[in-house]
Amino acid sequence: MSNATDSTARFVNIGERTNVTGSARFKRLILEGDYETALEVARQQVENGAQIIDINMDEAMLDSKEAMVRFLNLIASEPDICKVPVMIDSSKWEVIEAGLKCVQGKSVVNSISLKEGEEPFLKQARLVRRYGAAVVVMAFDENGQADTAERKFEICKRSYDLLVEKVGFPPEDIIFDPNIFAVATGIEEHNDYGRAFIEAARRIRTELPGAHVSGGLSNLSFSFRGNNTVREAIHSVFLFHAIKAGMDMAIVNAGALPVYEDIPKELRERAEDVVLNRREDATERLLEIAESFRGQAKEKEADLAWREQDVASRLSHALVHGIADFVEADVEEARLAMGRPLDVIEGPLMDGMNVVGDLFGAGKMFLPQVVKSARVMKKAVAVLLPYMEQEKDGGSRSNGKILLATVKGDVHDIGKNIVGVVLQCNNYEVIDLGVMVPSAKILETAKAEKVDAIGLSGLITPSLEEMCYVASEMKREKMAVPLLIGGATTSKVHTAVKISPNYDGPVVYVTDASRAVGVTGNLFSASNSKNFAAEVANEYEKIRAHHARGSSGAKRLTLAEARENREAIDWQNYVPPKPSFLGTKVFDNYDLSELADRIDWKPFFQAWELHGRFPDILDDPKVGAAARPLYDDGMRMLERMISEGWVRARGVIGFWPAASVGDDISLFTDESRGEKLGTIHTLRQQRIHSRADRANLALADFVAPLDSGVPDYVGGFAVTAGAEIDERAKRLEAKHDDYDAILMKVLGDRLAEAFAERMHERVRKEFWGYAPDEHLGNEQLIAEEYRGIRPAPGYPACPDHTEKPELFRLLDAEAATGISLTESCAMWPASSVSGLYFAHPEARYFGLGRIGRDQVADYAKRKGVTVEEVERWLASNLDYDPKAAAA
Amino acid sequence: MTREQRRAAFDLLIGERILVMDGAMGTMIQGYKLDEAGYRGERLKDHGHDLRGNNDILNLTRPDIVEEIHRAYFEAGSDIVETNTFSATSIAQADYAAEDLVYEINVEGARLARLAADKVEADNPGRVCFVAGALGPTNRTASISPDVNDPAFRNVSFDALVASYKEAARGLVEGGADLLLVETIFDTLNAKAALFAIDELGEEMGFHLPLMISGTITDLSGRTLSGQTPEAFWNSVRHAKPVSVGLNCALGAKQLRGFLAELSRVAETHVSAYPNAGLPNAFGGYDETPEETAAEIGAWARDGLVNIVGGCCGTTPDHIRAIAEAVKDVPPRDIPVPPRRMRLSGLEPFEVPA
Repeated sequence: MSNATDSTARFVNIGERTNVTGSARFKRLILEGDYETALEVARQQVENGAQIIDINMDEAMLDSKEAMVRFLNLIASEPDICKVPVMIDSSKWEVIEAGLKCVQGKSVVNSISLKEGEEPFLKQARLVRRYGAAVVVMAFDENGQADTAERKFEICKRSYDLLVEKVGFPPEDIIFDPNIFAVATGIEEHNDYGRAFIEAARRIRTELPGAHVSGGLSNLSFSFRGNNTVREAIHSVFLFHAIKAGMDMAIVNAGALPVYEDIPKELRERAEDVVLNRREDATERLLEIAESFRGQAKEKEADLAWREQDVASRLSHALVHGIADFVEADVEEARLAMGRPLDVIEGPLMDGMNVVGDLFGAGKMFLPQVVKSARVMKKAVAVLLPYMEQEKDGGSRSNGKILLATVKGDVHDIGKNIVGVVLQCNNYEVIDLGVMVPSAKILETAKAEKVDAIGLSGLITPSLEEMCYVASEMKREKMAVPLLIGGATTSKVHTAVKISPNYDGPVVYVTDASRAVGVTGNLFSASNSKNFAAEVANEYEKIRAHHARGSSGAKRLTLAEARENREAIDWQNYVPPKPSFLGTKVFDNYDLSELADRIDWKPFFQAWELHGRFPDILDDPKVGAAARPLYDDGMRMLERMISEGWVRARGVIGFWPAASVGDDISLFTDESRGEKLGTIHTLRQQRIHSRADRANLALADFVAPLDSGVPDYVGGFAVTAGAEIDERAKRLEAKHDDYDAILMKVLGDRLAEAFAERMHERVRKEFWGYAPDEHLGNEQLIAEEYRGIRPAPGYPACPDHTEKPELFRLLDAEAATGISLTESCAMWPASSVSGLYFAHPEARYFGLGRIGRDQVADYAKRKGVTVEEVERWLASNLDYDPKAAAA
Repeated sequence: MTREQRRAAFDLLIGERILVMDGAMGTMIQGYKLDEAGYRGERLKDHGHDLRGNNDILNLTRPDIVEEIHRAYFEAGSDIVETNTFSATSIAQADYAAEDLVYEINVEGARLARLAADKVEADNPGRVCFVAGALGPTNRTASISPDVNDPAFRNVSFDALVASYKEAARGLVEGGADLLLVETIFDTLNAKAALFAIDELGEEMGFHLPLMISGTITDLSGRTLSGQTPEAFWNSVRHAKPVSVGLNCALGAKQLRGFLAELSRVAETHVSAYPNAGLPNAFGGYDETPEETAAEIGAWARDGLVNIVGGCCGTTPDHIRAIAEAVKDVPPRDIPVPPRRMRLSGLEPFEVPA
């Protein structure tokens, strides 16, 4: 029995529904030219478990070759269909060859045979080999189709020898089809057809090493057409025996066949008599009972079938599928049945979450799905909590207690929240201190709560410095718990080189939420934690050593040399466009529908650790199943956020007469350019470009120099999606709905970005108006195919966040938009964007890269701050170690 | 040394150590800052279409530059250089109205690389230098529709690709290439057409050159542009029995590693990889230093992932020198011997159990 089960597990299902000779529906669709629905047929087959799909267009009324090519080409752009290999099925070689020219995968040709003799057989086999396909060979020769077991085997053996010896065909790429003919037709010679096939299959598998055996089942039960119950029983019985004999693939309606044991005993026995030719009256006996089984085909399982299961299974199902609808009632039922609420948590709920954790760990579930599961878990626990307090039950034992915080000065917390949810899903207790958390509070809470690890998060560069500070404070307090580092600007190198030396306990960089559990699991493991910490320490030591070598090696230009190689713009032949107004312009309650259409969805999915192009990602074979529901939920949430007024888009833009003076940009109160309004300080690349024609850029290069006398302008902006998003998210979190909370925040960020994008577009077309005729689609906008740039302080072209206060002063941004700056110059609310506008056609984005001590000194002097302060804010951009340089 | 002798030397060497390919040709040509006249040279001064940017045409108009670059790579430590024929197919050259010159560009491309190889061999007794005739992806795709409204439409056919590749491959073989390299494959169907053409050509000429195949994983999704995973890609091309299969372009060594490991695990032949010098910066240039690239590639080598390494976009002779140094004493990857199985593929691999 175990043998049969093994072979069943190895059995390959080939989808039969995309075959005009086997499926009346498919034939009608193709004849009517309804390829779209025909594709659905293919898609359903794959969804139902077909591992290969057979495609056959052999129909007299069709141009078979054209239909084959068209259908294969259409399939090629349907990832959820063409993820599986195809079987190109035709009795005409020219149709097969046309099909082979359309598929990038390794397909299977069905079929060739010795029907016309050896010469065409060998020729076709060589071509199949050259096209790189496997092949089905029919038991057919010059004398016709083989019907006895003997002849079936003989023809297959002859074909095998020719293929292997003369063509060099790999035996494992050969599939024999020893012909399945109709049985129980009333003609005596036909009675043995089933048995003959099974016998031939047995010999092929033992005597022709490597080769496979397949067959099309639909002929077998042809005489019972119209009675699907009996047909399926015959097929099921036949397969049961043929598979035991070695048949390892078949063209079947995948998923439709009943399980052998489930066929009513009487029907099964009589069908078996027919298939195995066990008694002379087998056909009559099956006919006798056939009518009584007509039309009993089972209904498709309803979606709510899982509700029929016991309560533990229901809870597990709800957790794995993220269904919150019934959880409260189910948990109550479980509590009443099990008595103690803690037993419910530690029993069915934890079991379900373990399944979720395992699936996530194995890459079979994705973040959005896990966060939905967490929502179900939290709701379940919330139901139980009041009873637990009554019982004065101690809490359940967790894997460990972890404190999470976004550091002082930083307001970004989407990534941190996701990490928190993932940890909770894996039975860690999480204490989340929120955003802008001062070091003292982190340390204090960690000690009071006796946490097992501290996780720090941050998105902007000044947060890196703050993390170093927290680490040094932990050392000062002689703490020993592991410190975990994560967030967009953090990196393994920074963690190793800058943070780790400040602390004696383990410091570990966590790439993303999916890695968090692996790291904590190792850190808290009784057996492995020392090894793991040592391994990480060792790796970071190597990184430090490598970094120490690297930083001294790379040569940079001096600031003077870099300035020599500035972007050379011919200002005398350039007339700067004049903005439609000077000063600032405020927008409140900006039309959100205008912004919703301009959302760039790719980062939306990235926030959930789903990577891929939009909209292709929705149908991605791997993550599509997670991406599509996430997108649907996102769209619903977006509608709600807009219709219920949770988003208040406020913004301000401004333009000022400007001129570059060295690497600075002076802004003036009016066109006379006599009175200075403010100064923007920019930084210049000092890298040595591999190509000599590349300039060493500073943003100031894109503004006409004062001494050129050319009247130029610079703009600035600050936009936000408003503060209510954060408040709403907090309320959702309180209702144990992290999923919707995170969803809302991610969308808030996207709306702010879309607002910035839309403003820039209107600036180009209207307010500055230098590109009134620009017509770009959303994708081109996202790809930045336009003139002018909007660089933001704190990002690669101008990494100094401390340029923001000046920009905010010029725009009076806080009063105009409600955005404020933290001590690290992060914008609050978090869903905000600010930056400068440059209009020159040569203006482009660049990365500053590392800068030398000479520029830092010069920059500090220009800004009127100390060198140390500049070094602190630009720590990530220094080409030297300030400590070493000072020593 | 005859081509047959070099083939024997190749089979020997690739078993002994990790072989090194060359780096970017385009990046080096940019350094010469040629203008339209520079590309045309004397020979094509009256050509009816702009030629600037048509790097392959330089095989005819500025052979001195091409040979000099090949030589620089050999001197930096390359065992194999690729001919300057990435776009030298009638399909790709149609953009420059230079279809008629394709055969000659390929012959000259192979001849120039061989010329540089022979000189370096003469200067360095004992060294053997190989030339891989490069066949690029063309600028059309056989399995992707360029028309969003008609997904069944194709702007190039398999047959047209076969004819075009065959013409190019014939030129490369006749010009003296030691190997053929089908590279930067972003649509496997195009590559299958190239393999088909090469097999036909081999049959006609009575001999087959060793074949290298190199696909391109276009982004971090880990798939080719046409959607295949590395293993599915390998299943699609392994019938050609290449001497190596690998990945190149689009990603830097760091990003490529996981996908390379996936291929390395399943491919029962030598594995090659020549990444870009990191990811492109904001200007489309490449910033990774030779040391950075070499450190990653050195790690690949130590982890037993590769048999042949080199560089793609943005890499220079300095990168190759550093890469050669990094893999010099590291033993090559052992070729796995997976069980014999029918291995099919769509976008994903499917192994039929024995």
